[in-house]
Amino acid sequence: MSRLRRFFRTPEAIVGALILALLAAMALAAPLLFPGDPQAIAGPALLPPFQDWSLPLGTDRLGRDVLAELFHGARTSLAVGLAAAAAALLIGAVVGTLAGFAGGLVGEVLMRITDAFQTVPSFLLALAFVSVVGPSLGVVVTAIALGAWTGPARVARAEVLSIRERDYVAGARVVGMHPLEIAFREVLPNALPPVLALSSVIVAAAILTEAALSFLGLGDPNRVTWGGMIAEGRTVLRTAPFLSVVPGIALVLTVLGVYLAGEGVVESTAVRRSLS
Amino acid sequence: MTRALRLLRRRLVGSVFVLLIVVIGSFLLLEAAPGDAVDAYIVSTGGDAGMIELLRHRWGLDQSELTRLANYLWALLHLDLGQSVTFSRPIRDVILERLPTTLILMGSATALSFGLGSALGIYAGARPGSIRDRFLSIGSLALYAVPGFWLGLVLIVVFAVDLRWLPIGGIETIASGKTGLARAADIATHLVLPVSALGFIYLALYLRMMRAGMAEAWRQDFILAARARGLPRRRIVLAHVARNALLPLVTMLGLQSAQMLGGSVVIESVFAVPGLGRLAQEAVAGRDTPLLLGIILVSAVLVVVINLLVDLVYAVLDPRVGAGEASA
Repeated sequence: MSRLRRFFRTPEAIVGALILALLAAMALAAPLLFPGDPQAIAGPALLPPFQDWSLPLGTDRLGRDVLAELFHGARTSLAVGLAAAAAALLIGAVVGTLAGFAGGLVGEVLMRITDAFQTVPSFLLALAFVSVVGPSLGVVVTAIALGAWTGPARVARAEVLSIRERDYVAGARVVGMHPLEIAFREVLPNALPPVLALSSVIVAAAILTEAALSFLGLGDPNRVTWGGMIAEGRTVLRTAPFLSVVPGIALVLTVLGVYLAGEGVVESTAVRRSLS
Repeated sequence: MTRALRLLRRRLVGSVFVLLIVVIGSFLLLEAAPGDAVDAYIVSTGGDAGMIELLRHRWGLDQSELTRLANYLWALLHLDLGQSVTFSRPIRDVILERLPTTLILMGSATALSFGLGSALGIYAGARPGSIRDRFLSIGSLALYAVPGFWLGLVLIVVFAVDLRWLPIGGIETIASGKTGLARAADIATHLVLPVSALGFIYLALYLRMMRAGMAEAWRQDFILAARARGLPRRRIVLAHVARNALLPLVTMLGLQSAQMLGGSVVIESVFAVPGLGRLAQEAVAGRDTPLLLGIILVSAVLVVVINLLVDLVYAVLDPRVGAGEASA
């Protein structure tokens, strides 16, 4: 309980948590409030916002309900952001633990592979991957995770390098535990906190990358995405800029919410650490 | 100087390994693509089965995967990246034609984000916890949350469509017949918006790093000593606090280069800037896998070179680096 209170100490963390809660509510409520296909035609084309109260945010170039698209887009953004970040953290933690715990040639090779992934611009990698395999939600998630796991891997490795010299690891060896069992059951859980501290940055980056991919037309074509909405609005940028501006603001708020909440978490744990 | 050279030699050996992994990895990834260069070529030109056979044979696509990888590596040693399908020209030439534009875009955006970001970071970090510090911290976080391509569109709406101050896209006025300085000025006005869109996002990063580093430095003993000596505050801020916080920013400069290159793909597409990033998108649209492979490789080399340069600069700035690494 006190931890929660500590989290809500700063106004930034409160704002971040509120934004994320609102977003989660939007994502969950989308199929209830806007049942049916959000990509179906709902009214006249290019209706400006705040004119017709059955279509509060107006319609796009093809007459689709912008508010419905916005709600369904929240689902995609959140799903892709969370899934890609979870995958990246998982891959990073496993590779980093193996590299740090094995050391020697295996560790060296794993770190060189990490270097290679870091050398290729992650967006270019995602672009190539999606274009090769074909756009679908799972592929986009994989593509983003491929470019995002290196950071967690480095942090996990550094942490494992210091943990593996501790007494309890030596104890586990003496007891005769298998090295892999030691690595993943004794060392990895203790190396996780600094790795997890990266999660807000990774979720935010994943949401932005997904938006950029959909903007370039490489998102899942069967899903509404905010990036895709911005690209769609771009064709009528001169006459109806709100079509690009509205989903963009949603993106900014989402990513900002993730950052703020993440800072709140880091700060609340930092306090705890400095107290102990 | 031998210190820097030693560092350079060590890094070069590692870089060759890393680049080799990049080549093999991306080759295998793009091999997995359904259809090959011949399919892409036939779609655009048309042709019968005999023609397909002939082309596959001529382009060496009827050989095994391993042979082709070996051939590709062998050609790479001669700086030959193969033939582009969509452009019907050597890939090396196409990339070299586009590279300068991207380098100018990236260089200007980096200068903007690093310069303005660290300056604002010093301003915020001079008084940690003050109103202006809080304002800048929140503001930079908000800026960091903005997708670059969307910022680009907003800038276009405001400065190109509404105010008509700046051109909407492209790299220079088509067929303007401008030369020399007039042409340079023309290109510069075309670059203002894309450079801003790309640079402003990363500005936040440098601002936050600078500010955090300064907040940390204020707590150090040597700052206390400088205050005790009665140095003017301005001098403490600039020569002692900011200077110590600057070094990590230099490292970030190298780490960010890959991100910047990735970001320029989208920005170049928004502003129709004919650079490497737009070429990557054209390669994707035209299913030109050899070209995409070439772009990935050139980007990787670029990132490696930038990081080497940054390491060298760092070694010059920080006398501790490489000093005790004679045996390493």
